[in-house]
Formats: sequence, structure tokens, C-alpha cells
Amino acid sequence: MAGNSEPLSPRAKLAVTAGKAAAAVSRAAGRGSGSVIGGRVALKLDPELLGRLAHHLDVVLVSATNGKTTTTRLIAEALGAAGPVVSNALGANMPAGITSALAGGSDARYGVIEVDEKYLAGVARDVTPKAIALLNLSRDQLDRAAETRMLAEKWREGLAGTHAIVIANADDPLVAWAASSCPTVVWVAAGQEWKDDAWSCPSCGGVLQRPGDDWFCGECGFRRPQPTWALSGDYVIAPDGVAWPIQLQLPGRANKANAATSAAVAAVFGVAPKIALERMYAVQAVAGRYDVVSYLGRDLRLLLAKNPAGWLETFSLIDGPPAPVLLSVNARGADGTDTSWLWDVDYTRLAGHPIYVIGDRKLDLAVRLEVAGLQFQVCADVDEAVRSAPPGKIEVIANYTAFQDLRRVVGN
Amino acid sequence: MSDTSLRLVWVYPDLLSTYGDQGNALVVERRAQQRHIPVTRIDVRSDQPIPTSGDIYLIGGGEDRPQRLAAERLRRDGGLNRAVGNGAIVFSVCAGYQILGTEFINDLGRPEPGLGILDVRSVRNEGSRHVGDIMGDIDERLGLPPLTGFENHQGNTVVGPGARPFARLRFGSGNGTGDGTEGAWCDTVFGTYAHGPVMARNPLIADMLLKLALDVHALPPVDEQWYEALRAERIAAATQASA
Repeated sequence: MAGNSEPLSPRAKLAVTAGKAAAAVSRAAGRGSGSVIGGRVALKLDPELLGRLAHHLDVVLVSATNGKTTTTRLIAEALGAAGPVVSNALGANMPAGITSALAGGSDARYGVIEVDEKYLAGVARDVTPKAIALLNLSRDQLDRAAETRMLAEKWREGLAGTHAIVIANADDPLVAWAASSCPTVVWVAAGQEWKDDAWSCPSCGGVLQRPGDDWFCGECGFRRPQPTWALSGDYVIAPDGVAWPIQLQLPGRANKANAATSAAVAAVFGVAPKIALERMYAVQAVAGRYDVVSYLGRDLRLLLAKNPAGWLETFSLIDGPPAPVLLSVNARGADGTDTSWLWDVDYTRLAGHPIYVIGDRKLDLAVRLEVAGLQFQVCADVDEAVRSAPPGKIEVIANYTAFQDLRRVVGN
Repeated sequence: MSDTSLRLVWVYPDLLSTYGDQGNALVVERRAQQRHIPVTRIDVRSDQPIPTSGDIYLIGGGEDRPQRLAAERLRRDGGLNRAVGNGAIVFSVCAGYQILGTEFINDLGRPEPGLGILDVRSVRNEGSRHVGDIMGDIDERLGLPPLTGFENHQGNTVVGPGARPFARLRFGSGNGTGDGTEGAWCDTVFGTYAHGPVMARNPLIADMLLKLALDVHALPPVDEQWYEALRAERIAAATQASA
């Protein structure tokens, strides 16, 4: 066992065993992978288990509003070049899920851990990471989540003085502000299409000026940090000025940004960009996202978009008209029960596509599309929508629980 | 830009556009366009002066700190008060509604002066946040069908003698004062806690603003199919949730 010099205490071992037993029961009962319940049981028996499990690992934490699951996967793939990796690859990103994932990786040398934005500061305290990657922050589930700037403030306070190397997106003012309290930051120009959560200076509240790719506050002088890594089209520019081509099976600008950040993280762990990027190419789909599934004679590409920033990035990667688009929106607990965010999404970008609408909140979407002046068809379910679309490929965009519903129906 | 077009001013989207507030502007624009009423939309950022010659002003919801910043800048600018003095129509939601009043509690826990355009005063509700679908009856003088919306706020707002409640709720907290009132209005100034956005769920509110601005009693009909379907669904949902 590489690096596992301090064996777990009897109590920690008991906690891991009990957690695994609970997960097995949960799986047998058909209630999902059991990773969350297992972690919950284990953490109850040994509240410091997370720190103990991470003790022998070189850990990187990944947090953001969007792209954290994919980036976690890309980094895990890259670090695999240096040694065995344990990761919460399925997106169970709160302390219980993380504990459960780590409990399964006693042989690993590296821990690549996705963390829910609200828990980042706490998990960073518990596991003493070597690196922390911060991608973006934007509005998401406002009926139950903290306000976006409050999240940035929690990051800023929780990470101040961390010994971790922080890899942060210089193009997101909220992230830049959160990270600028950390002693060691590697700034990445990873881009951020969505700008509507950062028009006021996170530091002083002044109006941010945003000429081109730059941004600065005219009042207090807080400005975009100078990046050492940069995404430039299909390339990532390393600190030595070398441009490395990013070739991925995953589509879209946002995933190139995730890869650029992942390359910067890999470098912290001694994995060179060339090797890191080559390994990232292997990633085809992440927890069902981006997967192409054959269903009723059509090819459905499954795309997850949970909030306005996510929808914006998704619109930029789908095939152009006349590719049919199927949209599904729910508003259950995990989605946020307020559908107002639909009005922050510029659906006129879908002009020219045949549009099919399903999901619990298809009527909210119908009014939204009507007001956008688009043609669309409201359907009872996936089958009706797919049958209504012309044969060939369909771009399917859904929010969180709608995406899970879809995966169940189309057998992905 | 035509001189005769209706001027729709969206106040401070950089600070007060957190809950899909652009939707209200989009619905007003769309329903005007369907009636061939030319509309010029003017989005005013908080470092720009508020034009005083607008016909309809929309001011939306936001987080606590942006709300204080917006109130400070609007007071300093004075344009919205002058516009109301000229008879402009103002429709405000949530944080914007509180700003129009005489006072609210800011993010620092201190009383913050509002614009005094609407006779309401807001304090912070000490209990849990008001979150969920709401439904009620709009003041009958306005001749509108029932109100449906989604509230998400921590404010309690008392309507003073210079204004009237906008609606009486059957479900939801509204002004949070326990008397069932929701929002407030006086002449051409309106305030509500209803997101949704409120015009998407109550398009006849958008029509009311258009009629006030154009000084007409009726507008040509438009296709209400999807609005009606959504309204029916949300009213039923609010009714069931509280049953």
C-alpha cells in the first residue's frame, strides 16, 4: 500500500466496515449505489474518518457551480499517469459521499475529490488537500442555496491561509475574489460565458468594467489577476508559453476550459501537460452526461444543464439547426423548486431548431419559449417527443432530476 | 428609436435581476409587439443615470447587498422619483418593492431609507424565509384575475395608509404580516413579492401596464393558451400544497 504508513485505528476500521455494510444493504434494496448512506453510517461512527482516510493521499479538491464532476473525472484520468487514484466519480460530493468513495481506495496514492460548493471550506479543513481547483460560481437553486456572493465569501474565509495550492479561474470575478485570500494561487484563464452574477465588484460593490476578456473595478481597483495558464481556442497555453492541443471526446468550450484547469492541476502533481491531456482524451461520458444513446431509432445525445450558466454553455456546443432539440425541466427538491431561472436563459439561441418540450415543468418552459417567439411542441413524455422528431440525432438538454428520469427511460 | 414608441425602462439589471426578473420585461415587450405597439427597452445599469422620460419602469429582485447598493444609487440619482412625479408607471418585485417604500432593513441589519414612492415599510422576518407558490385575489379595483406566483424572501412589509394591498392571498405569506395581504399599489406604482416571474404567470398585469401607459381601456386579444395552462397548473399546485 503506497504511502499508507499509518494504519487506520480500530474505530476507523469499524466505521469503514459498517459503512460498506450499509451501502451493500442499500444496493441490495435497490436504492441506488449506496455510497451516501454508507458514508453517513461511517461518519457517525467516526466523525474524523474523512481526515483519516485522506491522510495517506495526495488530495485535490474540485469545486464550482458547473463542471465539477467532469473536471474531477479529467483530473483523475490525468493523475492516473502518476499512480493509483481514488475519486468520487459518480458525483456524490457531500461529506458522506466523499467518505464513502475514499473508503474504497485504500491502495490509492491520489485522491481526486469533487466537493459541493457549500461544503468546500469544511472538507478542505478535514482532508488537508495538496491542491484545490476552483472553476466558477453562478446562480443555482436560489430557493434553497446561499446567495452566490455569500458562497464566494464562504470560500474566501474558509480557504484563507490554506496550505493548498489553489488553481483558480481568473475570468470569474467571484472565483478570483474568493481565491485571492489564499497564499499560493495558480491563475488559469479558463473563460466564463455567463457574466450576470458578476456585474458588481465582489470586494467593494462598485460596477465592474468588462472590456473584452478583461475585468476590473473602477472604484477599488480589484482586477483580473494575471493568469499563468490560459485556454486559447483549442489549446491550453502552459506557463512556459508552449501551446498544447486539447483533444477531447467531450464536446464544447466549457469542457476545454475544464481540461485546461485539469492540466494546470496535473502539473502541480508532476504530470506534464502532454501526458495529462493525452489521458483526458479517454473520457467519453461522465455519469451519463454527453453520452449518445440509441432509442426508438434515434440517437439521443444527453446533455445536463442545471442553471443559466450551464444552459448557455450547452447551447454553444449543440449541433446547429435543423438538429432537433428536446428540452426537459423539473423543479423537484434537487433542482430547486423555483423555475424563475428559465427567464435568465436566452432561448432565442434555439431559433431554427425543431423544439420538443417535456418534464414536470413543461408549461413554464412553454410560456418561456412562447415569449421568446419560438415554435415548439409540448409532449406528454420522452417517447412522444422522440417519435415526433425526425430520424437521426436529437440533442437532449435536461436539468438535474429530469436528466435522471431520462436516463432511466432511455436505458442509459 | 421612434419618438412615439413606448419606453420600457429596466432598472439596474446588474444589481436587481436575481430571480429571472428579465422575464417581466420580456413579457411586456412580447405582448406589446403582438399588438404592434412599438416598444423601446432601455436597460439602465447602476452606474448610469435613470432616464426620467420612461413610460414603464421595472425594478426586480436581488440579494441583500445589491439591494442596499441599489437603494443608495437610486436615492443619489433621483431619476426614478422624478419619473414618478411625471406620472410614470413603476412595477417592482421583492427587493425592488422594498426599495420603493420608505424604509427597509439592509444587509448590515440597519434601517435603510427607501425612495418613498410607495407607502410601505419593510422589516426583516425573524422566522424562516417565505418560500413557495402563492395564490390570491388581486385588488378588485384593478379588474385582474387571481394572482399566482412564487415567493422567496425574508421581508415583512407593512402597507401604510397611502397605499393599498395589491392582493389578498389564499395561499402563501405575501407581505408576511399575517393579515393575508400581498404587495401594495397606489395610482401607477405597484409592488409585489411574487416572482415566477409574475408577468409570465399573470400576463394581464403586463397588459394593465400597457393600457395605463397608452391610456386605453382595451387591447386586442393575443393567444393565451400556454399562459392559461401554466396558470391553471400553478394555481392547482398552490391549492394542493396548502391543503
